Amino acid sequence: MLSKKNLQLNDNGDLHHLLAIEGLPKRIIERILDTAESFVGINEREVKVVPLLRGKSIFNIFFENSTRTRTTFEIAAKRLSADVVSLDVARSSTNKGETILDTIANLTAMHADMFVVRHAESGAPYLIAQHAAPHVHVVNAGDGRHEHPTQGLLDVFTIRKYKKDFTRLTVAIVGDVLHSRVARSQIHALTTLGVPEVRVIGPRTLLPADIERLGVRVFTSLEEGLKGVDVVTMLRLQNERMTGALLPSASEYFSRYGLTPQKLALAKPDAIVLHPGPMNRGVEIDSAVADGKQSVILPQVTYGIAVRMAVMAILSGSTR
Amino acid sequence: MTLDNVNLPDAEALFNDLKAQMAPAIAFDAKLVGVYSGGAWLADRLKAELDGEHEVGYIDVSFYRDDLSTSGLKSNVRSTQIPFSVQGAHIVIVDDVLFTGRSIRAAVNTLFDYGRPASVQLAVLVDRGGRELPIAADYVGAPLMVSRDLMLALSKDDAGKFALTTEPWIQR
Repeated sequence: MLSKKNLQLNDNGDLHHLLAIEGLPKRIIERILDTAESFVGINEREVKVVPLLRGKSIFNIFFENSTRTRTTFEIAAKRLSADVVSLDVARSSTNKGETILDTIANLTAMHADMFVVRHAESGAPYLIAQHAAPHVHVVNAGDGRHEHPTQGLLDVFTIRKYKKDFTRLTVAIVGDVLHSRVARSQIHALTTLGVPEVRVIGPRTLLPADIERLGVRVFTSLEEGLKGVDVVTMLRLQNERMTGALLPSASEYFSRYGLTPQKLALAKPDAIVLHPGPMNRGVEIDSAVADGKQSVILPQVTYGIAVRMAVMAILSGSTR
Repeated sequence: MTLDNVNLPDAEALFNDLKAQMAPAIAFDAKLVGVYSGGAWLADRLKAELDGEHEVGYIDVSFYRDDLSTSGLKSNVRSTQIPFSVQGAHIVIVDDVLFTGRSIRAAVNTLFDYGRPASVQLAVLVDRGGRELPIAADYVGAPLMVSRDLMLALSKDDAGKFALTTEPWIQR
């Protein structure tokens, strides 16, 4: 397999595909965040469109269903004036036996400029990027348990909005880290940006065996892990990925790992709460927290559009 | 032909000429919209030194340029800030150097996404010719012939003093 790092960057060191946060230099992450800052203003205007990607065709190819992520990518593309087509491949040609690469070859023949890809298999966007024509850009919109880089970027963008300086933060990621590509992307983004302490909190059955290698501190007690943190990211309990009996029951999970106002009080008073959505209220998060003053869950959604616009704009400006 | 910085005209003198042309001509409440970065500094100085009530805005034209596929996206995009209603306003776009006219085309398009101004004029410190679009300035500090190989831009020192500088055009 080609090196992931080389695949994402062109010869000038510019971002050409966005496949993973792992291996991205800090300057690239910061450039995306800074560019996204300018797009936040565009999204607050009456006319929420700029002509930057006029004439470009962006194909959202979701081999795995996701209404929300697909919609935010569509909105981002439209606000850049790109033509966007969303394919729900989960229900079409692949079910008739077509391979991923044949699907991509067909769409390239329709003069695609960018593919936004979600796939249940880790690494699928790499396969596509390796075989893409030189002018085509690939964005990973979530691959298996591997990464969801735009979510990781919008998480750190939101954290920067509220906390400014990464180098003094303690961030806790709580829940089903094992199945979470969001957690992996966020951990890489936080450590690259210089966050000194990233904690993962969850039952051992939902933490990858070698998670410490990513430079995080592991806690199996929510109460212990939340002490003194600035940021809490709650992960969704991924019922649909759960094979085998990793958990006794949702209600027992909530009593041990659900974020309630009482537990959140252990964090710093100005701690913020993130959640990538969709939330399971009463499973990993209490409604009082989700709708409370410290929640930045809806701002995450708003900023997600600006961050995806920044990624698409930067990629489109790169040549190979 | 090359032109070193010593031979460039004094930017402070050009600024005073530009200001003298604008003072009797622009509306009392004309809004000044500077194009980053040189135009933004000029707009700030004009607001401070011109009579009248001139609100100031700033435009970064990066999202409206027509050369993304050849030049890429600039790495330090600034946020466009138009803190007043464009609808029905008299607006003067301010930039340091007028060259091909493409930045001004982009700035005008940006402005119209905020509303329909009553009028739009253009003030530039230097007009270096080389237009590729039917665009002309209403107020010009001075025309200046500069080789196409050189990039001409305004700089500002710590004391706020303006100077013109040239450097070789950087192709990506």
